[in-house]
Amino acid sequence: MKVLMFGWEFPPHILGGLGTASYGLTQGMSLQEDMDITFCIPKPWGDEDQSFLRIVGMNSVPVVWKEPTYEEVKHRFGTYMQPELYYELRNHIYADFSYMHTNDMGCIEFSGRYPDNLHEEINNYSIVAGVVARQQTFDIIHSHDWLTYPAGIHAKQVSGKPLVVHVHATDFDRSRGNVNPTVYGIEKNGMDMADCIMCVSELTRQTVIHKYHQDPRKVFTVHNAVSPLAPEIEAIQPQKNPKEKIVTFLGRLTMQKGPEYFVEAASLVLQRTKNIRFVMAGNGDMMQQMIRLVAERGIADRFHFPGFMKGKQVYEVLKMSDVYIMPSVSEPFGISPLEAMQCSVPTIISKQSGCAEILEKCIKIDYWDIQAMADAIYAICHYDALYEYLKTEGKKEVDSIVWEKVGLLVRRLYDQVLSHHHS
Amino acid sequence: MKTICLYFEIHQITHLKRYRFFEIGSDHYYYDDYINEQTISEVAQQSYIPALRTLIEMVESHKGAFKVALSISGVALEQLEIYAPEVLDLLQTLNKTGCCEFVCEPYAHSLSSLAHEGTFRAEVKEMRQKIKSYFGQEPQVFRNSSLIYNNEIGHIVAEMGFKGALMEGAKHILGWKSPHYLYHHIEHPSLKLLLRDYKLSDDISLRFSNSQWSEYPLFADKYIGWIAGTPEKEQVFNIFMELAALGIYQPLQSNILEFLKALPICAKEQGISFSTPTEVIENYKSKDGIDAPYHVSWTDEERDISPWLGNSMQREAFDKLYSVAERIFLSNDKKIKQDWYYLQASNNFRFMTTKNNQVSIGRGIYESAYDAFTNYMNILGDFLQRVNALYPIDIDNEELSALLTTIKNQDIEIERLQNEVSSLKKELATKTTKRATRKKTTE
Repeated sequence: MKVLMFGWEFPPHILGGLGTASYGLTQGMSLQEDMDITFCIPKPWGDEDQSFLRIVGMNSVPVVWKEPTYEEVKHRFGTYMQPELYYELRNHIYADFSYMHTNDMGCIEFSGRYPDNLHEEINNYSIVAGVVARQQTFDIIHSHDWLTYPAGIHAKQVSGKPLVVHVHATDFDRSRGNVNPTVYGIEKNGMDMADCIMCVSELTRQTVIHKYHQDPRKVFTVHNAVSPLAPEIEAIQPQKNPKEKIVTFLGRLTMQKGPEYFVEAASLVLQRTKNIRFVMAGNGDMMQQMIRLVAERGIADRFHFPGFMKGKQVYEVLKMSDVYIMPSVSEPFGISPLEAMQCSVPTIISKQSGCAEILEKCIKIDYWDIQAMADAIYAICHYDALYEYLKTEGKKEVDSIVWEKVGLLVRRLYDQVLSHHHS
Repeated sequence: MKTICLYFEIHQITHLKRYRFFEIGSDHYYYDDYINEQTISEVAQQSYIPALRTLIEMVESHKGAFKVALSISGVALEQLEIYAPEVLDLLQTLNKTGCCEFVCEPYAHSLSSLAHEGTFRAEVKEMRQKIKSYFGQEPQVFRNSSLIYNNEIGHIVAEMGFKGALMEGAKHILGWKSPHYLYHHIEHPSLKLLLRDYKLSDDISLRFSNSQWSEYPLFADKYIGWIAGTPEKEQVFNIFMELAALGIYQPLQSNILEFLKALPICAKEQGISFSTPTEVIENYKSKDGIDAPYHVSWTDEERDISPWLGNSMQREAFDKLYSVAERIFLSNDKKIKQDWYYLQASNNFRFMTTKNNQVSIGRGIYESAYDAFTNYMNILGDFLQRVNALYPIDIDNEELSALLTTIKNQDIEIERLQNEVSSLKKELATKTTKRATRKKTTE
């Protein structure tokens, strides 16, 4: 089975959970022998792992006819793409895009991030997708998140192959209800055009059904999983102060993640005990507000903001922690608690998180219930039996949540879609 | 002659309230009165009252041919006194018929038999007295909380003078033996054991109204037919369950009470009698000794103690609670003793189970095992502080016991010394008057 996937991020250069999920899912699927995946991203860096799939960089697909030499192509794109592919793609330019801003290779440049002109990048991505879809052969199209829905629709129209959209988040999660109409439009259009919608949780599935008015029969829940820890991460030895406990929040400081509830709970805990430190790692538009709140509550000596963490740092912080907490107001899935549990850290999550649907060996609270949150933090820090139980049982539980199983489920849904599809 | 020993248990936990850690040290009241009143009245209305009325009616209409045994935990008795005294009236009425035997159980429905012998004995003694004062009966038969039993518990119970104990007819203890005989403790032949037939019991308490069950609908003639159809030599059929099975686990609209009413009629046709546990012990001969090296209970498929002490959280809470058993044993503080009873109720530990059961268990006010553990530990934190405040922590229990004895004996000692002083004073006074008179005479 050949799958053409559209994505926005791919490790190691990732900005959020989308890249991690894309990697895990494709890797899990690739364990099926007949699975052949082509994964399009805006801007490859050349150090992506291509052992189980083929990456196509949208910034290396020509939309305007230029005649670079083989050597030139190899020099520019050789780290991640065979030069022959460039020439094959060039044969499928389908319209005159010379009015657009292209470079000397006839390609459109992408930032590969979430820039201010995001809508322009989305549109360009879709234009390029037209070329890819004409050149590649595939059985099914799979689009990850709204940024790539227009590309998926384009590919579907060009090829007549069925489209699967994968909802990693909706704008309702990101905005606590104040949706951006343009984003909503793109999302809804993608879902309307899709033959099958995969949602990362039942929570998201309900949003898709009720807020985007989709037919429940084509909307399925495909929970995320987690990739096993790399040996170099397993090897990290945590630096622990036996006299102090560390409670960690890790994520963007935006209203979706509920950072203010964490601060309030921390202030309740600190009224009672002094041997606990709180860490709020991450960056975001609520950073300043949070620092002010911490100061107002008078707990700044016990509350730390180390800023944005990446790669190995994330695991260093996790392994130092005694409690991990994710008080998200609305979280489509939330992969970070699973990562914390992999590091044997007892975890507290909000019931409003998608991952709460598949996790049992962690404490679940309502995001607004700061008293319950404080109580849970206090309990894990003070009652060793609870700490030990969540630590070992949580690790066991999360180790059984693997992408391979998710891959099989996705495959079943593909087969179902294809059996209904007549082209 | 085949006989049926029907026994019901009455127990309701005193629910703890939501207790956050910041209340530790400032709030010493641990109970959710609203939930307690609500649950007790609900159970009383839907189950206890209609069930007891039916039992009374059955006893009266069969003029002594129908008999039943009951037990009630002390904590449940307290709750009923407060919230549903009409249940107690019905129990009195049933008691007056003379066809109802009361079985003794630990006062707090606790797991003290697994932890601290002194506490266990004290609890059983307390319950014994309570039954005596309420119903005028001296209980002869004992059942432990949730029918937890092993050789050691049997040993203590035999020492306390009970003639019999109820026990689960668990396969891993019985092996090839049938529960349909009377047995005895392996070392104490005087302690007889009545083994619960879990198949027949659960047919009523778990499966009666389940329309998916292959035997549904179950009628009394079929049920008695099963008993009558057993081999001639199998004579004792112990059917034990919670009284709440009639009305709560099996709703009244399933006609469970009609089923119950029909049992003695069908039994009579087949020549099967009803007996109380004591009658079974007196009228039947023990078949063999039962060796129970491991704990058995009537809960869950495993029928062991894993529903209460299966995971590390449960064991931690249990160990912490009983770490002060000795101290409380020594103390006389009434308020602490009362809390001690309520905190011991085995339900508190059951709420913390993480076992994957097919049937969902009620967790009371809690949402999850962790919630139950956290809340319980917070309350325990406060309770332990209070216990530790009674006496200095750095004195160990033996020393403390000795000191307390000294203090207790102090009064006697003082009195003795005072008597001595006063007698000496008297002696002195008489001596001085004598001397004075002697002086006078010499003058």
